[in-house]
Amino acid sequence: MALLQIEGLKVAVAGKEILRGIDLELVPGQVHAIMGPNGSGKSTLAYAIAGREGYEVTGGRALLDGTDLLELEPEERARAGLFLAFQYPVEIAGVGGVTFLKTAYNALRKERGESELDAMQFLKLVRAKATALGVGDDMLKRAVNSGFSGGEKKRFEILQMALLEPRVAVLDETDSGLDIDALKVVAGGVNALRSPTRSMLVITHYQRLLDYIVPDVIHVMAAGRIVRSGGKELALELESTGYAAHAGAPA
Amino acid sequence: MAGVPRTQIPELDRAYKYGFVTEIDEDRAPPGLSEDIVRFISAKKGEPEWLTEWRLAAYRHWLKMTVPHWARVNYPPVDFQDITYYSAPKAGQGPKSLDEVDPQLLATYEKLGVPLHERAILAGVAVDAVFDSVSVATTYKARLEQDGIIFCSMSEAVKRCPDLVRRYLGSVVPPGDNFYAALNSAVFTDGSFVFIPKGVRCPMELSTYFRINAAKTGQFERTLIIAEAGAVVSYLEGCTAPKRDENQLHAAVVELIALDEAEIKYSTVQNWYPGDENGKGGIYNFVTKRGACRGRRSKIMWTQVETGSAITWKYPSCILEGEGSVGEFYSVAVTNHAQQADTGTKMIHIGRDTRSRIVSKGISAGRADNTYRGLVRVGTLADRARNHTQCDSLLIGDRCGAHTVPYIESKNASARIEHEATTSKIGEDQLFYCRQRGLKPEDAVALIVNGFCREVLQTLPMEFAVEAQKLLGVSLEGSVG
Ligand SMILES: Nc1ncnc2c1ncn2[C@@H]1O[C@H](COP(=O)(O)OP(=O)(O)O)[C@@H](O)[C@H]1O
Ligand SMILES: [Mg+2]
Repeated sequence: MALLQIEGLKVAVAGKEILRGIDLELVPGQVHAIMGPNGSGKSTLAYAIAGREGYEVTGGRALLDGTDLLELEPEERARAGLFLAFQYPVEIAGVGGVTFLKTAYNALRKERGESELDAMQFLKLVRAKATALGVGDDMLKRAVNSGFSGGEKKRFEILQMALLEPRVAVLDETDSGLDIDALKVVAGGVNALRSPTRSMLVITHYQRLLDYIVPDVIHVMAAGRIVRSGGKELALELESTGYAAHAGAPA
Repeated sequence: MAGVPRTQIPELDRAYKYGFVTEIDEDRAPPGLSEDIVRFISAKKGEPEWLTEWRLAAYRHWLKMTVPHWARVNYPPVDFQDITYYSAPKAGQGPKSLDEVDPQLLATYEKLGVPLHERAILAGVAVDAVFDSVSVATTYKARLEQDGIIFCSMSEAVKRCPDLVRRYLGSVVPPGDNFYAALNSAVFTDGSFVFIPKGVRCPMELSTYFRINAAKTGQFERTLIIAEAGAVVSYLEGCTAPKRDENQLHAAVVELIALDEAEIKYSTVQNWYPGDENGKGGIYNFVTKRGACRGRRSKIMWTQVETGSAITWKYPSCILEGEGSVGEFYSVAVTNHAQQADTGTKMIHIGRDTRSRIVSKGISAGRADNTYRGLVRVGTLADRARNHTQCDSLLIGDRCGAHTVPYIESKNASARIEHEATTSKIGEDQLFYCRQRGLKPEDAVALIVNGFCREVLQTLPMEFAVEAQKLLGVSLEGSVG
C-alpha cells in the first residue's frame, strides 16, 4: 500500500482554486520530486497536506498509510508521521533551539506512550544528530531561526526531521538560497534519512538539487496540475527545455 | 503568507485550580469602615498607642480622598462599607510553631504547593504565609536568627522590634500617598517584615504566600523590608484566592529600604482569581509597591509575573536617592478574557549616577486590556542618570488591546533616557510551524509566550521561574482555537 496517497486533491486559497486535482502515490522507501515554475502550486500542495489554515480543500483525498489526513488537525498529522520542511522557516523569538526541539520531540514520545527524555539525555541525542549536519552548539543555543542565515535555517529544518523521524517528509524548496557546499550538507542529511520505510516528497524549482538527492520519480507541476511524470531523466530534459514547454504553465 | 484569512479565536473556559474554599471558623469584624473598626483592628493585634494613632490619621486622610480614575481600567464603584476589614482563622492569634497551626490551614497550603514544614527546609525557602488577614506561620525562623535576620509577620515585628517598625513604616509610602495606600495604612492587618542587618547576605530565599479565603473580605497586607548597609536579600511573594462570584479587594502596600550597597530583589508571582471568562468575580488588585535606594550604590530589583486578578493596578517603583544606586523593573503581565491590567513602574532619579532599567512584557488575549504605564523622572541633581526602557506587547487574537503610556520628565541635561516599544501578534505562521512539529495550539502558545517573556523569567529564582512558566501556559489556555 502507498505510504502517501493523494487523489484528485483540489485546494482553494482565499476563494481562488489553486490546485486543480493532484494525484500522487508514494510507496514506502520512494522519493518523488515535484518541479515546477514559481506560482504553480507546489507550496500550496505542501501546506494543504499539512493542514495549514486558509488552504481549503475543495475536493479529493490525502491518506498517510491509509489514515485520512484531511480529517486531522495539523499537530495530529505531524504525530501521524507527516513532516514538512518549510520553504521559509519561521522565527520564534526567545525560544532556544534546544527547548524547541525538546518540546517537539517529547510531545511525539508522549503521543507514542514513551517516557520523555530529560534535559541531559536529550542534549546528547540532539548533539549527535546536529554534528552530522554541521549544526554547532552555538546555533542550538540561539532562538529558533532568529538571525539564522538561509543555509542555517535549512539545516535546522533537516535536523528537526532527523530528530522526529517522520514516515513521510515533504521538503519544500530545501535547496533555495543555498550555495553548493551548503547544498551538499543538506542533501547528505536528507539522503541519510532515506529508508525503506520512509517516503519523501522533494519540492524544487531547480534541477540542481536532484543531482544530490536522486528521486525515483519526477513530476512536473504547472498551474495547479501535474502535467508530466517520469524518471530522473525528466529533470535533465527540463533543464534544457525549461518549464515553458509545458501546457498550461504561465510564462 | 499574508492574505490567509484568520479564523476567529474562540474562548474556552480556563481552569483556575486554586479556586477551592477552606472551611474554617473565622474571627471577623462586622463589615464596614469607621474609626471604631480601625481601633478594633489595632486592639485585636494588641498594638501600641502610636500605631493606633498612625492608623487613625491615615483613616482621616483617606476620608478626604477620592478613588483614582486615571488608570485605563473600568469597574463599578467599590462599596467600601460592604467589605470586611478583619477576618482571621479562629484557632489562634500568632501560632508559636507549625504544630500550633490549624491542620486544615496546613492542608490548604499543601494544596497550593507552598513549602511549609520540612519541605521548606529541603527547598531552602523560608515562608511566611498570610491567610486572609493574619500571618499563619513563619518557617525556618531559627536558622535566620543566627544571622541576626528578622523575618516574621508584621504584627510580630510591631512587638519584637517596634523601633524599627516605627522608624521605617510609611517612610517610603506615606499614609496619605494615594487612596488605596491610605486605606491600607488605616486597616492593614498583617504582612511580612524583613530586616537584614549590616553586611549580611541572607542565606536563603524568603517567601510569603498570600491567600484570600473568606467571602467579602478585603486583604490589606503590609510588607516592610529593610536591608542595612551591604545586606543582600531576595524575597518572593505568591498569591491565590478562591473562585467567588463577587469581586474581592486586595490593597497591599510594600515598602523596601536599601541602605549603602544593599541589594533587595523582590519577586512576585501573582495569580489571584481572575474572574470567569465573562468578567464575573475576581480580585481587584490595587497595590502600592515602592522601594527607596537610600544608600550609595544600593540596588532594588522588582520582578513581577502578573497572571491573575480581574483588575491589576500596580506600579512597583524605585526612588533612587543614593549616589550610583540602581533600580530595575522586570514585568510580565498577562490578561485573558475580560481581565484588565494597568501596570508599570516609576523610576525616580534623585542622586547622581543613578541607573534604571525597565523591561515590560504585556500579553493580551481574549478581549482583555493591558496597559503599560511608566514614569521616568530625573531630578536636577541627578547628573549622568541613565534609563533604558524596553516595552513589548504581544497580542493573541484581534479583540484584545495593548497600550503603552510612558511619561518622561527630565530636569537634568546630562541624563540619558532611552525608550523602545514593540507590539506584535502571535502569528498564524508561528502557530502553524509549531503545530506542524506536533505541538498542540495551547502548548505552542505557551512556548511562544515563554520565549517572549524570557528576559523577565530569567530574573526569577529557578524554582519560581519554572512555576511561572507553567502559570503563563495555564493563564492563556483557551486563547487560541
Ligand atoms: N496565502 C495566499 N494567499 C493568496 N494567494 C496565494 C497564497 N498562497 C499561494 N497563493 C497563490 O497560489 C498560487 C501558488 O502558489 P504557491 O503554492 O506558493 O506556488 P509555488 O510554491 O509553486 O511557487 C500562486 O498564484 C499564489 O499567488
Ligand atoms: Mg513555494
